[in-house]
Amino acid sequence: MANDGIGASVKRKEDRRFLTGSGTYTDDITRPGQTWAVFVRSPHAHARIKAVKTDAARQAPGVVAILTGADLAADKVGILPAGWLIHSKDGSPMVEPGHPALVADKVRHVGDQVAVVIAETRDQAREAAALVEVDYQELPAVVTTPEAVKAGAPLVHDQAKANTCYDWHLGDKAATDAAFAKAHKVVKLDLVNNRLIPNAIEPRSAIGEFDRITGELTLYTTSQNPHLIRLLLAAFTLGVPEHKLRVVAPDVGGGFGSKIFHYAEDFVVLWAARKVGRPVKWTATRSEAFVSDAHGRDHVTHCELALDEGGRFLGLRVSTLANMGAYLSQFAPSVPTYLYATLLAGCYTTPAIYAEVRAVFTNTVPVDAYRGAGRPEASFVLERLVDIAAREMKLDRAEIRRRNFIPKDKFPYQTPVALQYDSGDYGATLDAALTKADWAGFEKRRAEAKARGKLRGIGISTYVEACGIAPSAVVGSLGARVGLWESAHVRVHPTGTVTVFTGAHSHGQSHETTFAQVVADRLGISTDQVEVVHGDTAKSAFAMGTYGSRSLAVGGSAIVQALDKIIAKGKKIAAHLLEAAEGDIEFEGGKFKVKGTDRAKAFGEVVLAAYIPHNYPAGLEPGLEEGAVYDPKNFTFPAGCHVCEVEIDPETGVTRVVGFTAVDDVGTVINPMVVEGQVHGGVTQGIGQALLEGALYDDKGQLLSGSFLGYTMPRASDLPSYAVGTHATACTHNPLGVKGVGEVGAIGSPPAVINAVCDAIGVRHIDMPATPERVWRAIRDASKA
Amino acid sequence: MPAISLRLNGKSVKAEIEARTLLVELLRERLGLTGTHVGCDTSQCGACTVHVDGRSVKSCTMLAVEADGREVTTIEGLAKNGELHPMQAAFHEHHGLQCGFCTPGMVMSAVDLVARNPRATEQEIRTWLEGNLCRCTGYHNIVKAVQSVAKAGGR
Repeated sequence: MANDGIGASVKRKEDRRFLTGSGTYTDDITRPGQTWAVFVRSPHAHARIKAVKTDAARQAPGVVAILTGADLAADKVGILPAGWLIHSKDGSPMVEPGHPALVADKVRHVGDQVAVVIAETRDQAREAAALVEVDYQELPAVVTTPEAVKAGAPLVHDQAKANTCYDWHLGDKAATDAAFAKAHKVVKLDLVNNRLIPNAIEPRSAIGEFDRITGELTLYTTSQNPHLIRLLLAAFTLGVPEHKLRVVAPDVGGGFGSKIFHYAEDFVVLWAARKVGRPVKWTATRSEAFVSDAHGRDHVTHCELALDEGGRFLGLRVSTLANMGAYLSQFAPSVPTYLYATLLAGCYTTPAIYAEVRAVFTNTVPVDAYRGAGRPEASFVLERLVDIAAREMKLDRAEIRRRNFIPKDKFPYQTPVALQYDSGDYGATLDAALTKADWAGFEKRRAEAKARGKLRGIGISTYVEACGIAPSAVVGSLGARVGLWESAHVRVHPTGTVTVFTGAHSHGQSHETTFAQVVADRLGISTDQVEVVHGDTAKSAFAMGTYGSRSLAVGGSAIVQALDKIIAKGKKIAAHLLEAAEGDIEFEGGKFKVKGTDRAKAFGEVVLAAYIPHNYPAGLEPGLEEGAVYDPKNFTFPAGCHVCEVEIDPETGVTRVVGFTAVDDVGTVINPMVVEGQVHGGVTQGIGQALLEGALYDDKGQLLSGSFLGYTMPRASDLPSYAVGTHATACTHNPLGVKGVGEVGAIGSPPAVINAVCDAIGVRHIDMPATPERVWRAIRDASKA
Repeated sequence: MPAISLRLNGKSVKAEIEARTLLVELLRERLGLTGTHVGCDTSQCGACTVHVDGRSVKSCTMLAVEADGREVTTIEGLAKNGELHPMQAAFHEHHGLQCGFCTPGMVMSAVDLVARNPRATEQEIRTWLEGNLCRCTGYHNIVKAVQSVAKAGGR
C-alpha cells in the first residue's frame, strides 16, 4: 500500500480537472431554455424609492420578465433571515430589521437590489436593466460607526435607535475595574480594524430551475454550505417543501466566508424561475460583487491593558463599535461577539477581562464572517497592546509574552471570557518561530538595511483562535438558531472501494484528498480507492457546511465515527468467517485479525461477504454502509506564532515584507502540503489587510474602492516566499486530534506585520492598511516630534 | 454579423458573431470552452488568460473578431494526448492551486513567461504574475511551480 494516509503530503486528487479546464463552476453550467437575470441596484447609499418605472425596459428586445420589490412584497416572500440572536446588556433582543431580497420602500446601501430583469441573453438583460427608471429621493447617509451612533444621525432603520442593533457585553466588569485600580501600568490604544472585501476570484453565480410537472426546484449556487441554503430557502425565504428543493454547489472558486450566506440572488433566481417557467441564471460582475458580497471586519475599538511591575497582565478592557452594514447578514451578529470577545484572553493568563460591543447599522454593504471572523480582530487588539506595553516598559517583546503565556501544564484552561482551551504549547510555537526567523540575528540585518538607507523592523504575534464550530447546545445557549454538527456517510462498495458523502464543502480546502487520506488510513486502503462527494443536497445528508475551519475537526470527525461503525460491523462479519469471538477480532493494517494468532481476513474479503452473504452472521444486515453525525464537545483552539520582517523606504513610505515565518499548532496534520498551502493563503490575506486592502467609502456612502483598480489585492510581486511550519499538540476531544488550519494565517499575521512596521519606524501605532502614504506621514510626524 | 475563422486548440473553427463579442465570450458561451474563467471586469485578475499566436492575452480584453485568422490556445488545449504540459504537472507537484479558479489563467500566463524567459528568477516570476490574481495560495507555491519549470530549462 502506498504511504498516503494521515501525515503524508499526498498530491491532490482534485487537481487534474482544474489544471485542464475541466472543473465545473456554477457559471460554467448552462441549462436548457436558460434565461439571464440582471439586477437593478441602487446607486445611492440611502434613498426613498418613489417609483420604479419598467415600461420602457419591458419593451426592450428579449425581455421575459421584470420583478420588483413590490412583486416580492405581494408574494410575501424573500426576507433574508439572521441566523444568530444576540441579547443586549439590558436583556433586550437585538434589533432585527427585515432584509428584503428586492427593496420596495427604501434603499440602504449602494448596490441594494431594487429590481431584476430576466431576458433571453445576458446582454439583453443588461440593456433592459439600464432602461428601468427608479425615482429616488436621496436621504442623508451614515457610513462610519462613530458617526452612526451620534445623536441626530440619519437612521438606517427607523426601529434601530442610534442605529444600534445591540449593545452587548462579556466578562466581569467589577473584577476588571479592580484589576485596573491596582495596576502599575495601563496601556491605552484606539485602533481601527479595517473593512475588507473578501474577493474570492470566482464571482458569485446562481441558476434557479423549476420543474412544472414534479414541482421540484433546483438551485446551482456558489455556496460553502448548500444544505444551509436549502434550509433557509425552504423555511424562510421561499417557503417551499425541503424535499422538493435541491441545492447544488459544484466547484466553487474560493469562499473565505463570503459564500456562507444566503444571498438575495439565490432566492431571486429560484423565485423568478418559478414565475417564468424557465431556468434563470445570474452571475455577478466583479463590480457587482464589490457592492453585494458581504464585507468583513470594520471595528473601531478602544482598548486598555493593565499590568503589574513585572509586566504581567492584570486586566483587559475593550470597547468596540462593530459595523453591521445596512442589514443583518446571517452570521453577522455572532462575529463581533462570540467569535471576538471570547478570544480576548488570547494565549495569556489575564485574570480579568471586560468587553463591550455595540453593533451598528450604517449605509454600507452588510458585514459578516470573512476568513478569521472576529478572531483576527481579537488578536489585533491583544497583540498591539502587548507590543506597546513591551515598548513602554522596556521589556523584550518575546519575554513579555512568555511571562504571560498560559503554561502548557495548565490545560484544560478556563479563560475569564467563557472558553475552555483544551490544549496548547504557546512557548514551543514562539521558540520555534523565533529560531526559524533568526530573531536573534535581526539587529545585524537592521544595521545592514540602515546602511542602505532603509528602515528594517521585525514584529511577532502570538495568537490563539477558536474553530471547529461548535457544540450545538452551547451555541444554542449563546443565540445560534441552528445546530453546528456535521454529517458523514461512508459507503463501502462490494469490491472494497469507498465513497464518502460529506456535508462539508471544499472550495479550495482539498477535502477530496485529505478526507480520502483519513479514510485510507483507517481502512488500510489507498486514497485512490476513496471518492469524496460533497456539494449536493441530493447526494449527501443534511449538514451544516464549511466555515470557521470546521471541516476536518467536525466533518472529519463525523467520517471517523462512520468508519468506526464500518469497522465494528466488519468485526462481526470477520468473527463469523474466522469462527472466533467478536471480542477477539482486531482491525489493523487493513486486516481483521484474531488477536494473538495469524488468522485474518482482509478488508476486501469481509466487504465481499457483506454483499454476498452466503456465509454470514445470523441476524446481521447485509451491506456495508454507515452514516454518522458528529456534534463537537468543544471548540478547537489552534494557536501559534507569526514573525514578520519588513523593510521600509523612508523616502516613499513603501513597506516591503522581506520575511514571514509562521509556526502554527493546528493539531494533528493530515497532509502537510495542504496545511502549508492553507497557511500561505491566510497569511497573504493578513498581509493584505495590514498593508494593502481596505474598503473605502466616501461620506455619501459611495464605495471608492469598488474594483480591482481601486481595491489593492495582494499580488505575487507584493510578497516574499514564506517559511512555515507546525508544532502539534493534539486536540483532546475529537477523534483525529485536529484543530483546523483554514484561518490561522489571517488571524496571526496582521498584528505581526503592524508590529514590524511600528518597530521599523519607531512609532507607537499605525492603522491598517499601512499604505505608503500613512507610513510616510508617520515617519514625518515622528521626526517632527 | 461578422464571420471569423481561427485555429483553436489545433482545430479550425468558424463562427458568426456580434461585433462586440469578446474573445472570452466566444470561448465560454459560444464554443463551450469553460476552462477559461472570468474573475473581474477591469482586466486585472487574469483568470481569462489564453494564448493568441503563442503569446498570453487576457481574453476579456480582446474582441473575438481580432482573433480572426489567428491561432488561439486555451487551457483545454495545453495537455497533449492526455499528458499534462510540464507547467500543469508542476502546479500539481508543488500544490500551486487550491480552488482552481485562477489556475487556467495562471498556467497560461506562466507558460508564456517561461517561453520568453526560460531561466526566469523568482523575482522575474513574481513581477510577471502581477497580472494574475490568486486569493488562495498566497502565490508561494505558484512561484515554486513556475520556478521548477524554469530551472528545468523551460518547456
